[in-house]
Amino acid sequence: MLTKRIIPCLDIKDGRTVKGTNFVNLRDAGDPVELAATYAQEGADELVFLDITATVEERKTLLDLVRRVAHTINIPFCVGGGIGSIADVSKLLNAGADKVSINSSAVRNPDVINELALEFGSQCIVVAIDTRHITLENGSQAHIVHTHGGRKPTELKTIEWAKEVENRGAGEILLTSMDTDGTKAGFALELTAHISDNANIPIIASGGAGTMEHFYDVFTTGQADAGLAASIFHFKEIGIPELKYYLKGKGISMRI
Amino acid sequence: MKVIIIKYNAGNVQSVMYALERIGVAYELSDDADTIRSAERIIFPGVGEASTAMKSLRESGLDKLIPTLTQPFLGTCVGMQLLCKSSEENNTDCLGVFDIPILKFPQIKGFKVPQTGWNDIYGYASELTNDLAEHSYVYYNHGYYAPLSDYTVAKTTYMLEYSAMLQKDNFFAAQFHSEISGDVGQKIFENFLKL
Repeated sequence: MLTKRIIPCLDIKDGRTVKGTNFVNLRDAGDPVELAATYAQEGADELVFLDITATVEERKTLLDLVRRVAHTINIPFCVGGGIGSIADVSKLLNAGADKVSINSSAVRNPDVINELALEFGSQCIVVAIDTRHITLENGSQAHIVHTHGGRKPTELKTIEWAKEVENRGAGEILLTSMDTDGTKAGFALELTAHISDNANIPIIASGGAGTMEHFYDVFTTGQADAGLAASIFHFKEIGIPELKYYLKGKGISMRI
Repeated sequence: MKVIIIKYNAGNVQSVMYALERIGVAYELSDDADTIRSAERIIFPGVGEASTAMKSLRESGLDKLIPTLTQPFLGTCVGMQLLCKSSEENNTDCLGVFDIPILKFPQIKGFKVPQTGWNDIYGYASELTNDLAEHSYVYYNHGYYAPLSDYTVAKTTYMLEYSAMLQKDNFFAAQFHSEISGDVGQKIFENFLKL
């Protein structure tokens, strides 16, 4: 039976793992290759690396990091941050990444999703959507796509954008709720469920994990295919083995 | 041992190369017929779309060479699908080593396509699964599948039961990505190398 995936996310800055709250206040959380190896051993189903600096100089550091990670671990991993072209993706895949995640560049030019899916196959193109629930100028409320690490609102409605990226060839959606990210109060269940129910590609839910029960909720009520978290794993608040045993015990299909 | 990874236009072989490096076996990436013919083990990876991959094989003449090879040969993911007779992905004629068609997953509510993630394999009947626990988990990412047949040597279930692995004489094939399937995938490579 296909299992639900548990995905630790490593936010990378200057070759180190960092984690902040609501995308700011970064704290150092260690060497990414070491962390990646530990997570793979502990039973993580996949890893996501998000390069949150992505200047030209630091890209070289990132490629070197990708190579070291790919050499070390034997589970799939995805790299995101500052990716916008076929050349960018080519470099990352050649360094050993299995998938790439694109975000701002897809919002700026949605055709890039089609181009990358055609060139490399949908299976390795993840579109990351950072979303926030906001009040619009006309007084109504809506889930709106944000870019630039969640700082900049766009015109796009999250639910419509999710459908569009699927139609354009995205293989998975990494949905991060800026409202819940860093709060440890639980995933954005309603929005995740709505998007997952209307999508025929996997939804990776992100933002808000604080307890093991939150993962149970996101796989049941939230209908997510994978649950992603960072700080609770980095700071050892929840161990991956205990989380997976807990979920399996509650009837969620898990690889153990 | 001389291990060759077949080089053609089917996406990313980097993960396969790293998997072999972790095991500690030397390999070469090649599309040269003589080099491939002289190998002791051949790995035929694949990511991407069937018709484009077949076009690339035809252009280099590898489509004629591959079915004639006699050493242990392992196709993975699209590499496995190309070894079959045909694929419903863009109605592609394939290599025909395994006389079965590759079919598109049906549409069933609650089952996303492609299947993406870890699923279990069982019903082992090949040396490649020696020492593996029944229902070991491997990583899949595919929208088309090989139905059960006389060649099936491991099964899996997603919507329906189908072939996780195939074997016919020296030809072995796996639908999943052994190279990123954790210790289970590594064991399958090791078993292949020590056949």
